[in-house]
Amino acid sequence: MLKLPVYLDYSATTPVDPRVVEKMIPYLGEKFGNPASRSHSYGWQAEAAVEEAREEVARLFNADPKEFVWTSGATESDNLAIKGAAHFHAGRGRHLVTVKTEHKAVLDTCRELERQGFEVSYLDVGENGLLDLDVFRAALRPDTTVVSVMFVNNEIGVIQPIAEIGEICREKGILFHVDATQATGKVLIDLSTLKIDLMSITAHKVYGPKGIGALYVRRRPRARIEAQMHGGGHERGLRSGTLATHQIVGMGEAFRLARLEMGTENERVRMLRDRLLDGISSIEHVYVNGDITHRVPHNLNVSFAYVEGESMLMAVTDLAVSSGSACTSASLEPSYVLRALGRDDELAHSSIRFTLGRFTTEEEIDFAVKLLHEKIGRLRELSPLWEMVREGVDLNTVQWAAH
Amino acid sequence: MTYSEKVLDHYENPRNAGSFGKDEEGVATGMVGAPACGDVMKLQIKVGKDGVIEDAKFKTYGCGSAIASSSLVTEWVKGKTLDQALEIRNTQIAEELALPPVKIHCSILAEDAIKAAVADYRKKRDGAEG
Repeated sequence: MLKLPVYLDYSATTPVDPRVVEKMIPYLGEKFGNPASRSHSYGWQAEAAVEEAREEVARLFNADPKEFVWTSGATESDNLAIKGAAHFHAGRGRHLVTVKTEHKAVLDTCRELERQGFEVSYLDVGENGLLDLDVFRAALRPDTTVVSVMFVNNEIGVIQPIAEIGEICREKGILFHVDATQATGKVLIDLSTLKIDLMSITAHKVYGPKGIGALYVRRRPRARIEAQMHGGGHERGLRSGTLATHQIVGMGEAFRLARLEMGTENERVRMLRDRLLDGISSIEHVYVNGDITHRVPHNLNVSFAYVEGESMLMAVTDLAVSSGSACTSASLEPSYVLRALGRDDELAHSSIRFTLGRFTTEEEIDFAVKLLHEKIGRLRELSPLWEMVREGVDLNTVQWAAH
Repeated sequence: MTYSEKVLDHYENPRNAGSFGKDEEGVATGMVGAPACGDVMKLQIKVGKDGVIEDAKFKTYGCGSAIASSSLVTEWVKGKTLDQALEIRNTQIAEELALPPVKIHCSILAEDAIKAAVADYRKKRDGAEG
C-alpha cells in the first residue's frame, strides 16, 4: 500500500535515516556530557563523538576536519561566511558578487550587507539556469572581496561551474563561498582540488537531523572571517555556543552513509527520475525548467502550460511536492528562480518541483505519473486557454480584458 | 490555502463545465481576465426566444476559487432574464462560497463574466435586427 501523500519533496527536507537515529539516541541519554567539559569523562566522551563526526564530514569532501565549524544549519553558515568574510576584508574592498537564483539565505544576507554600505552585484543566469563565466568575469572589480555561488540550485537542481569559478576567484585573490546544501551527497565535492574557500552544508537534506550544519573554512590558503556569534569561544572562536552533541553525531553518521552509498544511490534515483520524466513526457506542452544534463539526479522541475498553478496544486494533493508559485495572496508571485530563467509568469506559475530520494520507489513514481496524466487532463478540459490552443488560436494575439 | 467546503465541491464537481457549439442559436460568450493575471473565465449563456437564460456553460483557467465562482454563476443565471442575471453581485458569490478576502477578485471576475456574456448577446441580437 502506498502511503499518501507520496513524498517527492526531498530537497525541502529528508527523513532521518533510521541508522542515523540509532546512532544519535545514546547522546540524548547516558552520553549527555558537554563536549566543552574538560574535567571529566562525560565531557571527554562527548568531545570524542563530536570530533569523530567532524572527521566523517571532512572525509565526504576530502578535507581536513579542522576546517569545519559546526553551525545550526546552512542559513547560519551562509550568514557567517558572507557577512564574516565581507566584514573581515572590508578594508580591502566592499564589493560582493552573487547570482539572482541563489537561496534567500544568501540573497537576504547580501541585502543586509547593502544596508551596511556594501555593494553587491546580482548576476543573471542563462535560460538553462547556469551562470555564464564571461558574465561572471566581467562582474569582478578590483574592490571585489567575496563571491557567493551555490553548487546546486534548490529549485531546478542545476549544477553551477564551481571549479571554473573557483579558479578565477583564486587567481584574483577573491574569497569564494559556495552554498552546497543541495549538492551534498549528490555531487562529488573534492575540496583538495576545488578552489572553494568557504562552503555551507547542512544535515537535514542528507538524511540527518534538522538544526545542525557546518561551515567549511579553508586553512591553506587561509580563509579569514569574522565571527558573528560571540560567547564561550567554541569552534576556535568562530561560532560560540554549546555544541549539540546528538545532532552533530547524527550529521556525522549521515555524511558517512552519504560517502559510502552516494554512488549507487544516485544511479538508482536517476533511473527513477528518468522514469518520471518519460512518464509525463507524453503530456502535451510540458516544459523542463533548467538544464537537464548539468543537473543533480534527483531533481525534476517541469511546467504544465495552460493550467493555473494554484488549481494544479489543489489537484495533486496526493503528491507532496513544491511549486514555483507562491500563490497565498491575491498577487501573483511566481518563483524568482524561474523568472530569472526568462520563463513567462504563466509557466513559472504552473511549475512543479519533484525531488526524489533514498526512500522513493518505482511504485510511487508510477502513481505520480498516472495521477498527473489524469489531473492535468481534467484541468485542461476546464481551461478556456487550452480550448483556444486546440482551435489553433495564438494566445499572444488575443486582446485580453485584463483586470 | 484552505478552501471552504463549497469551493472544494465546485472544484471537484464543476457544474456545467464545457462549451456550446459555436453556431448554436441564442448563444453568447463572455470572456474576461488574462493569463498573465492568473485567471481567464469564459461564460456562455444560451438565451431562449422569451429572453430567459435556458442554459449556461463555463471554462475557467484559474485558482480553485475562480473555478468555483464561475461554476456557481452558471447555476445562478439559469432561468433568469438578462436583467435579472445582471443583478447578481460579486458580494453574493463571495458570501455563498465563503471566499477569503484575497480571493474576492475571483467573484468580481465572475460578475464581470456575466456582464460580458449579456453584452455579447445584446450586441449580436441588435446586430441581427439592425
